[in-house]
Amino acid sequence: MAGAKEIRTKIASIKSTQKITKAMQMVAASKMRKAQDRMAASRPYAEKMLQVISHLANATPEYRHSFMAIERPRKRVGYIVVSSDRGLCGGLNSNLFRRLIAEIKEQRTAGIEPVFCTIGTKALGFFKRFGGEVKAQATHLGDKPHVEDLVGTVKVMLDAFEAGEIDAIYVVGNEFVNTMTQRPVIRQLVPLVPGEREAMPDHWDYIYEPDAKSVLDALLTRYIESLVYQAVVENSACEQAARMVAMKAASDNAGNLIGELQLVYNKARQAAITQEISEIVSGAAAV
Amino acid sequence: MAMTVHVDIVSAEGAIHSGQAAMVYATAEMGEVGIAPRHTAFISRLRPGDVRVENEQGEQEHFYVSGGMLEVQPHKVTVLADTAIRARDLDEAAALEAKRRAEDTLSGQKAEFEYAKAQAELAEAVAQLRAIEKLRRLKGR
Repeated sequence: MAGAKEIRTKIASIKSTQKITKAMQMVAASKMRKAQDRMAASRPYAEKMLQVISHLANATPEYRHSFMAIERPRKRVGYIVVSSDRGLCGGLNSNLFRRLIAEIKEQRTAGIEPVFCTIGTKALGFFKRFGGEVKAQATHLGDKPHVEDLVGTVKVMLDAFEAGEIDAIYVVGNEFVNTMTQRPVIRQLVPLVPGEREAMPDHWDYIYEPDAKSVLDALLTRYIESLVYQAVVENSACEQAARMVAMKAASDNAGNLIGELQLVYNKARQAAITQEISEIVSGAAAV
Repeated sequence: MAMTVHVDIVSAEGAIHSGQAAMVYATAEMGEVGIAPRHTAFISRLRPGDVRVENEQGEQEHFYVSGGMLEVQPHKVTVLADTAIRARDLDEAAALEAKRRAEDTLSGQKAEFEYAKAQAELAEAVAQLRAIEKLRRLKGR
């Protein structure tokens, strides 16, 4: 039968695809572990910084940095959108963008205009299609993102905030719940969300060099950068986890497909043999 | 037992050092500082340079930081480093190369922005070289 050969080539091609998806799954699994380690490693810095900042804010109530100021009426808000650089990671990026679209709609009905700043090629591609004002972008951060790659992007947003062009900054990215679940989240960066203020029983203060204001300024910028860095690292862990799951599903699907095709192939071969026999038998009977 | 103070050196990309020390030296904004245990609460910006952690036996460990913050509390010293690499890992050739590149750009003097950037790069390269030289002198002894 003519179909047999075609089915055989089809099976071979699916098998080679399966090999690729299996390899990608294993690579993603090992990268995910590393990304999770990086995620854990970046926490102490931000925590330590938050402690110092909240202490400073308590100790010097006369100086209020604009990042810590009270909410001002919002006309324009900035979003730092953290996405992956590469695809083949399931619905990770599209879920994120869907969540963002809903948020943008909500803001627009409230009369607030959003501006964006993108990290990762996927977000950039999305805004090319979707439209919207993209103020800055950073792409190709690789598997090991560095803080210095993000500094410029964050600064653009912070400068816009200080100049009064935007009234709040959010960071949009995926939250790593576990290997199977990643959740898109939108967190407010600026103005800083006041955490629980610890009561200060004994009043003490630092010696500042050169002075409280410049120390606090430097700290706040670094703190916000580290928050964005954390979002990027977390998103990269999410990306690897999502890719691993997606590739596992793809490998499983390829396995099923191969099984089904094998069955069709066997049937076709059997039919061809039966047909040949019946032809021979009927030929012999005619003689 | 001598008095010690707990030292943490952390950067945004991970923890670099954690342990007890008898003395900590760092290049603060207004000049070099030495922090002994029970130092009063103190906070300062750091300039590019090395942070030395001296343990009870008097051995020193060097860490290069390209800026950051120093926070001191009586029983705890925290260095929030911008990027801190172990001083012995520093590649001297790379530092020299960066210095040369920065000087080339300085003599070219194109835009104001590039000039400022080159100056910062130069300061960093000089600080790295100084850290390496110090380390070498210590080893030579």
